[in-house]
Amino acid sequence: MSEKPPLSVLDRPNSYIGRSVPRPNARRLLAGRGQYPTDMVLPRMVHVAFARSPFAHARIRSIDTEAARAAPGVVAVATGADIARLCKPWVGTLDHFAGMKSPPQYPLAMEKATWQGEPVVAVVAESRAEAEDALELLDIDYEELTPVTDPETALDPATPVIHEDLGDNLCFSSRVDAGDVDAAFADADLVVEEEFHFPRHTGVTLEPRVITADYDPSEERLTAYHGSQTPYQMQDVYARHLGLAEENVRVLCKDLGGAFGIKLHVHGEEMTTCALSMMLGRPVKWVADRLESFVSDIHARDHRVRARMAVTAEGRIVGFDVDDLTGVGPYSVFPRTSAVEGNQVIKLVGAPYAIEHYRAALKVVLQNKNVMSQYRAVGHPIAFAVTESLVDKAAAELDMDPVAIRRANYVPDDAYPYKTASGMAYEQLSLQQSLDRLVEFIDYEGLRREQAQLREKGVYRGIGLGTFVEITAPGAAFYGVGGARISAQDGCSMKLEPSGRVQLAISINELGQGTETIVAQVAATELGVSMEDIRVTTGDTGSTPYGGAAWASRAAAIGSEATVRAARALRENILEVAGAVLQEAPADLDIRDGQIVGRESGEERLSVAEVGRVGYFRPDTLPPDFHPQLSVVRHYAPQGLPFAFTNGIHASYVEVDVETGGVTLLKHWVVEDCGRVLNPKLVEEQARGGVAQGIGMALFEECLYSEEGQLTNASLADYLVPLSSELPDIHVTHVETPTQYSEIGAKGAGEAGTAASPGAIMNAVNDALRPLGARVSAMPMTPERILTALGRI
Amino acid sequence: MEPIHEITLTVDGEQTTRRVTARRSLADFLREDLGLTGTHVGCEQGVCGACTVRFNGEQIRACLMFAVQADGARVDTVEGLTETGDLTRLQEAFHRNNALQCGFCTPGMLIAASDLLIRNPDPDREEIRAGLSGNYCRCTGYHAIVDAVAEAAQNGKEAEQ
Repeated sequence: MSEKPPLSVLDRPNSYIGRSVPRPNARRLLAGRGQYPTDMVLPRMVHVAFARSPFAHARIRSIDTEAARAAPGVVAVATGADIARLCKPWVGTLDHFAGMKSPPQYPLAMEKATWQGEPVVAVVAESRAEAEDALELLDIDYEELTPVTDPETALDPATPVIHEDLGDNLCFSSRVDAGDVDAAFADADLVVEEEFHFPRHTGVTLEPRVITADYDPSEERLTAYHGSQTPYQMQDVYARHLGLAEENVRVLCKDLGGAFGIKLHVHGEEMTTCALSMMLGRPVKWVADRLESFVSDIHARDHRVRARMAVTAEGRIVGFDVDDLTGVGPYSVFPRTSAVEGNQVIKLVGAPYAIEHYRAALKVVLQNKNVMSQYRAVGHPIAFAVTESLVDKAAAELDMDPVAIRRANYVPDDAYPYKTASGMAYEQLSLQQSLDRLVEFIDYEGLRREQAQLREKGVYRGIGLGTFVEITAPGAAFYGVGGARISAQDGCSMKLEPSGRVQLAISINELGQGTETIVAQVAATELGVSMEDIRVTTGDTGSTPYGGAAWASRAAAIGSEATVRAARALRENILEVAGAVLQEAPADLDIRDGQIVGRESGEERLSVAEVGRVGYFRPDTLPPDFHPQLSVVRHYAPQGLPFAFTNGIHASYVEVDVETGGVTLLKHWVVEDCGRVLNPKLVEEQARGGVAQGIGMALFEECLYSEEGQLTNASLADYLVPLSSELPDIHVTHVETPTQYSEIGAKGAGEAGTAASPGAIMNAVNDALRPLGARVSAMPMTPERILTALGRI
Repeated sequence: MEPIHEITLTVDGEQTTRRVTARRSLADFLREDLGLTGTHVGCEQGVCGACTVRFNGEQIRACLMFAVQADGARVDTVEGLTETGDLTRLQEAFHRNNALQCGFCTPGMLIAASDLLIRNPDPDREEIRAGLSGNYCRCTGYHAIVDAVAEAAQNGKEAEQ
C-alpha cells in the first residue's frame, strides 16, 4: 500500500502556513541596521535641490541661472529644457479608459508651471545645503495666471483651460447604467440622499521619496537606488524615457520607509535626478524634505459625491444613483493615471448589496493643484463611506437596526458566483458570515445597551458599521490591458546552497508588510526545511525575476503562488539527486525537517546538505549525463477573475463631545476575510495600519488649499497625522474563504483596514449625533464641522 | 567659505572629534559624518520623532539640535543602545508583537519607549499611548507598539523580582 503523495502545500507536514511567525528581517530594523534609500552614499555623489513654482498657475517668462551656477559647491544647474533633452515626456492615460486625456508631462516645468510646488529648476551641488543656498540665487520671472482650483467650476466656459491643447479641463468621464434606475427610484417607498465631501489628503510616508541615481557612461548603465515599491516598472520607465537599454537599468530598494501607494508613481524629481546623473556621469542624490513631500508626493481622494439610494418600506435596497466629481492635478499621473480611483468609486458603491438598479457617473477634472493618484485602498473608502452612510440613513428612517438592514440586503453567502449591477464578478464572499461574526465579536447588543444608558446621562456615543468589498491581487485588468507596461505576474527563483540552505529571490518586494516572511513560510513548508534555512532577497531588478512587485494587495496572493511552484520544482530536483545517490525512485522520497526521508516510512536517509555537497562538488559520483538542477525559477500570473475580491466589516465606537465637537475613538473592530491566512499576525497588522490611515481620513487629515491654489498646511506640524494617543485599540478577527483559483487560496489584505474605517467612523459619529438632529457628511470630521452640524457655530 | 567648528563628543561610548559647519544638525552629523544611519530623519522640524536619540541621558530630537551644540555631550543612538543591551527587552517585545512594519520610526520609537519605561516602569495602555505620542508611526496603527511596550514592561518587572 503506497501512501498518496501530498496533493498541495496545504497538506505538507510541519506547515508554517497559518502561523504567526515573527518577521526574521525585522531584527535588522530593530537594531537600527536597516538599509533605506535615504542612507545611500556613493563615491563622488552630489546632491540636487529643486526650485519650485510659488504659484499654482504661471507662465515662466525667463530663468536666469548665472548667479546660482557661480555659487560655492554648485556643480550644475538645469532647467526644464535642459532635462527635456535627456528625458522624454510621459502621458498619464490608459487605453481602456476611453476618451481620457492628459498632456505630455516633462520632468521639470517647461513654458508654464501648473501647480504650486511643481519643480522648475534643478541645482546640483556638493552638498544639499549648498544646492539649497544656490536656489536662492536663481532669478525666475513668472507671469501669474488665473488658477483653476474648484472642481465644481472646472468645466465652466468662464474657467481658464489649463492646457489649451486639450480644449477643456476634463480628464476623463465615465458612466455605469444597469437596470432601470429611474423606475426603481420612482417606485421606491423611500429615497435617501446626501452630498458627501472627501477632501485631499496624502500618504505621509515617514521616509520621504528618495533616489540616488548612478550613471556609468562607460557602460551606459544606470543604477537607481530608488525608494520604490515597483522597481520593475521604474526600470522600464527609466529605460524608455532616458533612452537606455532596459538590461542596463537596475533599480534597487532594500528597505523602504513606508509606501502605501505613494511610491509607485512617476514624479518629475526622480526622472530629473537620473537625467542629471547621465549629464554629469556621477551619482546624484535627491531626498524630499517634508515640505517637498507635501507639495509633490501624489495627493489622494478629493471627491464630491452626490448619491441617493432607493428602498422599499420593508427595508429592501433596490438601487443606487451616484455622481462623483473628482478634482485631480494638472496632469494625470503616469503610468497608472489619476482616473482609477474615480473609476473604482463608481464600481464599488453598493458593492456588498444585491441590487439590480445602478447608475453612476464620474467626472475627473484637472486643477492647478498637486497631482493626484492612487493611494492605499484606491476608491474604496469613498465608495463605502457613501454606501454605508446611506444604508444607515435608510435604517434610521425605517426604524430598522443597522445590523438587520445589512443582513437583509447583502449578497447572500449562498449566491455565488455573483455579478454586480456595476459589472464586477465575485467568486465567493462571506458578507453574512462576517456580519454575524462581528455582532458576536463586539457584543453588539451589549454596546447598544451601554450607549442607551449613557445617552440618558447626556453622553453621546455612537456605533457605526462599515462593510467593504475589496479589490485585490489584480491580473492585467488594471493596467496591462490599458497599454501600461506594468507586470501582472511575478516570479520566484530558488537556489540550493551546498550547505543545504536555500536562497530565494522574488519580484514581490518588502514594504514592511511581511513579504519576505510569508514567502519563506511557503517555501519552507513546500520544501520541507526550516524557515531559518531560507534567505530571501527582494527589491533588486538585477538579481530577482521580473514582476509587478507590491501594489494593490498582490504580495501574498501572487507571491505565495510563485513561491510554492518554485519550491515544488526545487524539491523535485533535490529528490532526483537524492534518488540517484540512494538508487531509489525520487517519488518514494520526501523532504521533512531538512532530511531526505522515505515517503512512506519517514525514515531519515540523507540530509539536504548532503544532496548539496554531492550535487555541486561530487557530480562524478552520479550517473552519466545526470546534471543536478539545483536552481529553479517559476512565475505565476493570477488566474480566474480579473480581481480577487475580499470582504469584511468594521465597527467603530465613538464618543462625541457636543460642547467641543471633539470625537474620541473608543474602540475599533475589523472582521476581514482575505482568503487563506498565511500569517494571522501580519494580516492583523495590515488591518490595523490600514484602519489608522482611514482614521486619519475620517478625523484628521486634509490638504488645505487656498482659492489661489496655495497649500496652506504643508508641514507635519500643521497636517494632522494620527498619533498613538488619539487612536483606540483595534481588534481584528478572521473569516477564511480561500479563492479556488489558486493552490494556496490567499487573497489580498492591504486595503481592508482603510477601505471601510472612514465610513464606519462617520456612521458612528452620526449615530451619536442622531438624537440631536445633526449629521455630518464631510471628512475629516473636525470639531468645526461637528459644531457646525450641531448649529453651535 | 563657511566657518568650521571643531567639536568633541562621546557618541555611543566612543569619543570623537570632528569639524562641522554651524548649520549641521545633530541628526545629519550622526548620519552623514559618523555613518550612524539608524537615526532617521522624517520631518526636520521636531514633529515626527524618527530622529530621537539620547543626549546626556535625556531623549531629544536630533533634527532640532545643531552638532556644535553637542560639543562635550554624550549622545546615544539606537546602534549604541543596541550594543549595550539597553533596548534588548523592548526590541524582543517589538519583534514578537510585530510592532514595526517599514521600521523607519522604530529606532526613535524604541528610544522614546525606553525613556517612558525609565520614568514609569509599569505604565498602563493609556500611559504608553501618551508616552509615545511624540513619535509618528504611519504603518502599524500603534496597537502592536502598545502591546510590545506593555509586554516589555511586564518582562522588566518579572526580571526585577
